[in-house]
Amino acid sequence: MPKPIYIVDGARTPFLKAKNAPGPFTASDLATAAGSALLMRQPFAPDQLDEVILGCASPSADEVNIGRVVALRLGCGNKVPGWTVMRNCASGMQAIDSAIANLQCGRSQLVLAGGVDALSHAPLLFSEKMVRWLAGWYAARSTGDRLAMLRTFRLGHLAPVIGIMKGLTDPIVGQLMGQTGENLAWKFGITREDMDAFAVESHRRVCAGQDAGHYAEEIVPLIDRDGQVYAADDGVRRDSSMANLAKLKPFFDRKYGRVTPGNSSQITDGAAWLVLASQEAVERHGLQPLGRIVDSQWAGLAPDQMGLGPVHATMPILQRHGLAPDDLDAWELNEAFAAQVIACLRAFADDDYCRTHFGVDAPGAPDAARLNVDGGAVALGHPVGASGARIVLHLLEVLRRKGGGRGLASICIGGGQGGAMLVETVL
Amino acid sequence: MSANMQQDWKHWRLRREETGLAWLDLDKAEASANVLSADVLAEFAGVLDVLDAVPPKALVIASAKPAGFIAGADIEEFSRLDSVLAARMLVERGWLLFNRLAAVSYPTLALIRGHCMGGGLELALACRHRIVVDEPGTKLALPEVMLGIVPGWGGMLRLPALIGPAAALDLMLTGKSVDAKKAKRLGLADDCVPPRVMESAARILALSGVAKKPLPFKERALRWAMNGPARAKVADKARAQAARKVGRENYPAPFAIVDIWERHGGNALDVPAGDRSSLDTIFSSPTARNLVRVFHLQERLKAFGKDSDFTPRHVHVVGAGVMGGDIAAVCALRGMTVTLQDQSVERIAPAIARAAKLFERRHKGDARQVRFTLDRLIPDPKGEGAARADVIIEAIFENLEVKRSLFAELEARAKPDAVLATNTSSLRLEDIATALKDPSRLVGIHFFNPVPMLPLVEVVQGEATDAEVLRRATGFVRRIDKLPLPVKSAPGFLVNSVLGPYMLEALRCVEEGVAPEMVDAALVAFGMPMGPVELVDTVGLDIAVAAGKALAGEGAEPPARLLKLVGEGKLGRKSGEGYYRWVDGKAVKAGDEDERKGGLWRKRRPAPPPPIPAGLAERVLAPLLAATRRCVELGVVGDADLADAGVIFGTGFAPHTGGPLHCCKVKGRPE
Repeated sequence: MPKPIYIVDGARTPFLKAKNAPGPFTASDLATAAGSALLMRQPFAPDQLDEVILGCASPSADEVNIGRVVALRLGCGNKVPGWTVMRNCASGMQAIDSAIANLQCGRSQLVLAGGVDALSHAPLLFSEKMVRWLAGWYAARSTGDRLAMLRTFRLGHLAPVIGIMKGLTDPIVGQLMGQTGENLAWKFGITREDMDAFAVESHRRVCAGQDAGHYAEEIVPLIDRDGQVYAADDGVRRDSSMANLAKLKPFFDRKYGRVTPGNSSQITDGAAWLVLASQEAVERHGLQPLGRIVDSQWAGLAPDQMGLGPVHATMPILQRHGLAPDDLDAWELNEAFAAQVIACLRAFADDDYCRTHFGVDAPGAPDAARLNVDGGAVALGHPVGASGARIVLHLLEVLRRKGGGRGLASICIGGGQGGAMLVETVL
Repeated sequence: MSANMQQDWKHWRLRREETGLAWLDLDKAEASANVLSADVLAEFAGVLDVLDAVPPKALVIASAKPAGFIAGADIEEFSRLDSVLAARMLVERGWLLFNRLAAVSYPTLALIRGHCMGGGLELALACRHRIVVDEPGTKLALPEVMLGIVPGWGGMLRLPALIGPAAALDLMLTGKSVDAKKAKRLGLADDCVPPRVMESAARILALSGVAKKPLPFKERALRWAMNGPARAKVADKARAQAARKVGRENYPAPFAIVDIWERHGGNALDVPAGDRSSLDTIFSSPTARNLVRVFHLQERLKAFGKDSDFTPRHVHVVGAGVMGGDIAAVCALRGMTVTLQDQSVERIAPAIARAAKLFERRHKGDARQVRFTLDRLIPDPKGEGAARADVIIEAIFENLEVKRSLFAELEARAKPDAVLATNTSSLRLEDIATALKDPSRLVGIHFFNPVPMLPLVEVVQGEATDAEVLRRATGFVRRIDKLPLPVKSAPGFLVNSVLGPYMLEALRCVEEGVAPEMVDAALVAFGMPMGPVELVDTVGLDIAVAAGKALAGEGAEPPARLLKLVGEGKLGRKSGEGYYRWVDGKAVKAGDEDERKGGLWRKRRPAPPPPIPAGLAERVLAPLLAATRRCVELGVVGDADLADAGVIFGTGFAPHTGGPLHCCKVKGRPE
């Protein structure tokens, strides 16, 4: 990149698992709580930001430009613009990349960028049939017309469409995200046991990370209006085991599939933010950056293979910088599905796959000991828009523990895309 | 006729539109707010003459002041009244003038934006229509009762007629204000509109002269009954409501309002001299004079922050207990960003929950405002906010060493010009200040519990406190709309040092065998908002023991029963029992018990309470008076008036007396 892009600081809410009812906080509540705590510890005031960019895959109908709503709720003032970006599961990473673009071209010097989603607040929608019926009902003027309309009404019209199921279905290939995971499992011969073992390890790593305090720095505890405290990610299970996971039934390809809720990421509410700055802003405010974003990449692939997106976004970065997987000190690869992460690792090591898609020999899979060292979304949850920002933030935390270095964060994107960012710590 | 006539009025501006509509703006000369002084009213009579000569199609009366519509009568003029006759003339002037306004042939409309109080509302009531502008600053009230007088310019006549006697008496007897939405709901205003359409709404309504929609039948029947056959019953109920709060001997005004409505058609001038409700009774009682005095004392306290242009945006509060949490909440309500620090987020959580309830009450269900206010109140377990704050207030438990090390740390992190304040009540400011590199930075800002309710805040000057720091601290107190009282650093400052001996004397009476109920009844009859024994229960018996030691020294012997109760863990309200048993936040007193046992069917009247022994209230108050006097002598407060102000606004000391020192001066002793 022509100009250095600094990550000054970051923070996120605990990731709160959806419990079949709207959670205690709306999306803008979450983003505001994490953002105000983050901004409070900066040496600059919120109104000194040049802009606020928020990724969100499913903003509620009353907060469609949630980026601006949150900017105002954070006390940034009327003059700081706020906007919202959407690239499904990578909306948070897109927010960072949009910030990078504006920092690069000199439009901004200091940007608050992040992602949020409160999937527990996803709406129930009227069915298409019901909407059409209602339109006819409102158009009916005479009593006769109305009676005629009433006769066409069917109870089935009332069956709601679950908004989140729509959101998690690919509109091009008509497959649920979990079904695209099944595609990859089939393609790479990944077994249910492989996936469950991966899930158990993810939970184990998150527990170890929580116990060691590796999440303490990035999490802003929340308090609801009844005084209840939400201090930690609550989807993680300390009792996760192969035996427990074996009890779950396949969800996406019922009966015959391998992907279960237990080896998939959870449906969760959460927000994550980063403060990004140019060299000039770092000097002006005397900031002490955590790290630098060296490069970023987006890639596209077949929608029904979307889980391999990280491989497609990562390969060009490795090639541009002449890096082998072992040259990277840490990897964060978002865990949408255990099957999908395992498929990525196999693809990285698969000469056929790499030659077909990238025209090069396989670079080899990243070392499991350097990948998602504190666990991932299978245990933490995947508040869609927030995850891309979370993995970049946490990657810096992992690198800091190692005494510095280079790392790569990547994420798969529903619709058949992948995003990746190369970061390094600043000494 | 030219569209715009030039007149040589000082306070009024009349403008005629092509449509035939006339706009009359009040813009009192050389004043920031409109008040209805004698010359403003005299000019208004002249305006009406001009309008009579060429009647407009309709008249809209509005204010040209950004501050509001009309703040009321001119209190300065009112406080200069030297005779009952002069008072009578003042009432007559407004009564006749507003009757004239009410009788004009053309439609009239008051366009009310901002405060509309007392005489201002009576003027608006004399118009045919009222439109209120939906803004937080719009408040309508008849607060005359708070100054010990009655709304004599037609308020008692027109308000009950407009909104029904029940709601009208409630407003007039409490003096409380209603906002724009409530004014519409009550029928006090014809419509409630946003500012962007206020002129248009006024024009359309005034010119169309559309009558209001008739009330629903049930409401009409009810009003007819309340104004007719049930009038006496409504009046009795209102009297009982007033009597629950105040006695007629100390506060004649509320009872007079009921009488004048019930028997004199709302016309105060109609009451024969010598009647208990007559103007001469009201104006010759010391209460009105004393309440005006209290008003002026309040204005004096309000003026303390005026010489500071300090506009703090961020307040950092350390200590999320009841006190610290409430201080933080009050600051957030005033638009400031607040960081609230304590040792863990779990300790901060109850304060956030309490603040959420307060915000919901104060914002009256405006969910967006509640959310914005909560957004400004940021839990800060790591104390990051200290580095950014303009004001830092410490409200942790009373431990000198902990406070000293806290302030040393805060000083290192705070901005160089941030105000560093302690809310301590029992530690010496000087002992804390020496922990700072620059002891002159420390000031005391001492709040009273419950912070959202109590208006007074003592601003404590330590020996070393810098004058500018003091000024900023005082300015901050005004910015959160509290009343700052500058005090010198001395044990208990003013309020606690006068309350301590007073509560102690009350407990001594109990020790001697006087029932707590009796002691409390005596002081409530005197005019205190709460009896002293109940007050001890409310602040907590343990706190009382500790405060007693701090104020009187370790050697002082607290009452034996107090120590015994503390020993048994009976700490008062918070533990459910102290001198009283507490049920649902209320003290259970001997008299109440009878009533409760009576049940629904055998509603026994409680046995009449035994007569209060003569001199009981005086005995309990004597130490308070002595302590107040001592505070003046020692220079803890600037002068006797400020001492009275502090004791009234800090303890609720009977306002009709004008304050402890004032009533001593007048009578030699209370009562």
